[in-house]
Amino acid sequence: MARMKLDNYAVADAPRLGLRGWARWIWRQITSMRVALILLLLLALASIPGSILPQYPSNATAANEFVASYGWWGRALDAMGFLDVFGSAWFTAIYILLFASLIGCILPRIGVYWRNLRTPLSPAPSRLDRYEDKDEAETDDARLALDTAAAGLRDQRVLGIAIPSRIVAITGWRVRVDERDTRDGGRELALSASNESLREAGNLLFHLSLVGILASMAVGGLLTYRGQAIIVEGGSFTNAVVDYDSFSSGNLFDEDELDPFTLTLDELDATFADDGMPEDFTAHVTFQEPGDDAFSTTIQVNRPLQVDGGKIYLQGNGYAPDITVTDSDGNVAFSDAVPFLPQDGVYTSTGVVKVPDVTSGDQLGFVATLLPSATESDGELVSVHPDLLNPVLIVRGYTGDLGLDTGVPQNVYVLDESQLSPMRDEDDAVWTVALSPGESVELPDGLGTFTWNDTSRYAAFDLRTDPTLPWLLAFAIGALVGLAGSLFAPRRRLWLVAPLASEGVEGVTDDGTPVTVVRAATMAPAHDAGAAEQMRRVLDAATGRSRRVEKE
Amino acid sequence: MSPQLLSIVTLWAAAALYAVAMVAWSIRLSRVADERVRARAGDDAVVAEAPAREKVSVAAGAAAPVDDAAVAAMASGATSFVVDDGEDDAPPRSAADRALGAARAAMYLGIVLHAVGLTARFFEADHVPWSNMYGYTITGSFTAVAVFAFVQSRRDISYLGAAVTGFSTLTLGLAMTVLYSAADGLRPALQSFWLVIHVSIAIISTGVFVVAFAATVLQLLQYERADGEREVTGGALKRVGTKARNVVVRAAQRARWFEAVPSAQKLETVAFRLNAVGFVLWTFTVMAGAIWAEHAWGRYWGWDPKEIWSFVIWVLYAAYLHARTTSGWLGRRSAWISVWAFAALIANFTIVNLFFQGLHTYAS
Ligand code: HEM
Repeated sequence: MARMKLDNYAVADAPRLGLRGWARWIWRQITSMRVALILLLLLALASIPGSILPQYPSNATAANEFVASYGWWGRALDAMGFLDVFGSAWFTAIYILLFASLIGCILPRIGVYWRNLRTPLSPAPSRLDRYEDKDEAETDDARLALDTAAAGLRDQRVLGIAIPSRIVAITGWRVRVDERDTRDGGRELALSASNESLREAGNLLFHLSLVGILASMAVGGLLTYRGQAIIVEGGSFTNAVVDYDSFSSGNLFDEDELDPFTLTLDELDATFADDGMPEDFTAHVTFQEPGDDAFSTTIQVNRPLQVDGGKIYLQGNGYAPDITVTDSDGNVAFSDAVPFLPQDGVYTSTGVVKVPDVTSGDQLGFVATLLPSATESDGELVSVHPDLLNPVLIVRGYTGDLGLDTGVPQNVYVLDESQLSPMRDEDDAVWTVALSPGESVELPDGLGTFTWNDTSRYAAFDLRTDPTLPWLLAFAIGALVGLAGSLFAPRRRLWLVAPLASEGVEGVTDDGTPVTVVRAATMAPAHDAGAAEQMRRVLDAATGRSRRVEKE
Repeated sequence: MSPQLLSIVTLWAAAALYAVAMVAWSIRLSRVADERVRARAGDDAVVAEAPAREKVSVAAGAAAPVDDAAVAAMASGATSFVVDDGEDDAPPRSAADRALGAARAAMYLGIVLHAVGLTARFFEADHVPWSNMYGYTITGSFTAVAVFAFVQSRRDISYLGAAVTGFSTLTLGLAMTVLYSAADGLRPALQSFWLVIHVSIAIISTGVFVVAFAATVLQLLQYERADGEREVTGGALKRVGTKARNVVVRAAQRARWFEAVPSAQKLETVAFRLNAVGFVLWTFTVMAGAIWAEHAWGRYWGWDPKEIWSFVIWVLYAAYLHARTTSGWLGRRSAWISVWAFAALIANFTIVNLFFQGLHTYAS
């Protein structure tokens, strides 16, 4: 309960608001605190479905499948936003309300805090002997003793550098010293000190930083862009929207801002352990900005390349078999390295070759599977390792219309088979061949040839910029520091009282100087065992007392 | 001996020592309870018999403020001192002290061997052993005991000893039998210094939360014990619930060792201080994770299942901290929120690792 009293500004503020204002203030505080609590619980609860149900933003395929396979249940959940929890109206409502409550709670507390800082501390109580933690020591100069104590408390240093006193009022002790009349007609010096400000400052910093984090995230969402570019070894990419394989950006992102650099993938190193586990991926790249010298560098999974317009991440890699197709007239209709998508941990990869530009006749299409380390298992070819130890390419061909002229953008990894028919061999079975690198094969019906020249690797790079990242980092640090202050900063009050002049003469030392007794007391939460020790240290320093530290 | 074998042997030995420590902590608890009951009953007799001795012990208790349990132990120490014929100069040792000595010895030896086991695993794998559930579990069981030992060295929380060492015996045993996997290389996605930062702090904060949770359970038991049995009424579900609760209450009321457990209020303070430390560390864990995600995946937050659960845990502990300052919520209700938060923490290590697909899946 003592904790509530010290923490709750409603109570700390009591004397100046009057009874009605006080009641209203408490009521508001309590209600908003309760609302905040309930909103926090709701926020936790509302997040959980996002981890259980497939979510559109992270896995659209799974979400679509879910809707398709669960009938009206799936559709209902979808309609209610359960398949995009973190973009749903109810999730947004909860956190907007929470932050509204947070801001509504924080602003008045900043005002209260500010006024409290400017209000003088209350003077030391007239009687210290009613406190549990108390001590006393003798001195021959009460004034010097209390001045020493006050200076010592006000002196706060970081790495040996003294902190200005205005800041110490927040981060350290606030001190006041009064000279006042005692009850029995004498005079005394009374020092009153408190270091309770830091805790509330930490709390305010923490909550404000949370607002800052949310604001940065919101602004970041508007200013960011993210694109993916797939580059085959030897190939390059120019930073323009048309060159990306996929691209998305926030509403306020200006595409003209893309810095037109070029990135060339010189080589992609991929090493795997004997059991196929990946050990290292390194992309050796050359980066060039227009008008600047090109430079070579590397990009690794945890080491993105920081460039002017953002960061470049190595996000994936795979094989790109180099394929040449000649048509029935013997002309080269296609010759390129085609990125294949890895389907499993051993890089069994599938890809599609679309050959629209044949000299005459139907368009050609191929679906191929690359087995990097093929072996036969139960009469089937499977791959057992991601390295190209025994590469085999299994190819099927199609003829007909690839459907490229409809104007609808096509997925380059999928063949639209609606207007295609599979090639067939003499026995009218579906034509399938297994090729080795360098091998060429005649297509059925004199349609041409298919040649697998060799295999390169490709890298998938994510490019992203988010100008709010430094802000986020700053607010995150602010939140952490504020939180630590809010939870761990001590809350102590400390008082020293010493009688002055003749009243204080309680004895005389050997050489005849008068002796004064300085009394000290401290108040702190029950678990704060260091408060009494600090009080004794302050008293020691003030009076020059040397104490045998007993530890029994 | 190969690092692998050394690691396995020492970890098993640590698990066994924790089991011994758990028994010793339990004995310690019941002895302290016995002596407290006896001290209460026999106070007058002792004072009458040897007033001087009793004064000595009380003065000692006052000079160094200590926990109730320790005071009780001290008072009972005086009792046995009185009973001794006083010929040898060795300090008096009550049954509770002997149990404490045994518990400490077994626990510290267990910690040392556990540390050796973790280090050997580090050399076996050639990287920090935090790339799969086995690694997390052997480290998490270590930090739980280590956190307990650290706090215990500064203030007496020996009433939590049995629960914490029991927890570590269980989790370490589970790790060795069910989760064990031979060390292998570190995937590129994990090759980052943030692995060391992010995961180590996550595991340390988990250790802190474990100890806090033990205190919270005792705290809740204290409330229920004080409330006594409840009338069984209402629907079937509620009746079963009330009956189960009554069974627990009866057991707690009958358990003599409960005499050595401090008051609910005191337990709440202990749990709060630990939860506060755990919360700051968890906040750091989530932030470090976001920084790492930004480095590795190009986004700092993506609502991956692991991220969602880390967030849920964080929000629940934040709710707990708010509940403590909301009128009517401090005590029983806030304690329950921290129980839910802890349940989410455990779910994050178990269910989420095992059943949810996400970018963190390599962890399992
Ligand atoms: C995004 C939502 C919020 C989060 C994550 C959050 C988090 C926290 C945390 C972790 C603490 C613990 C620090 C401490 O105990 O000193 C705290 C304390 C506090 N929060 Fe919040 N908070 C949120 C919203 C709010 C709101 C909406 C209010 C206004 C009612 C509020 C008022 C307080 C107060 C008064 C304390 C101090 C409690 C004390 O006396 O210790 N918070 N908050």
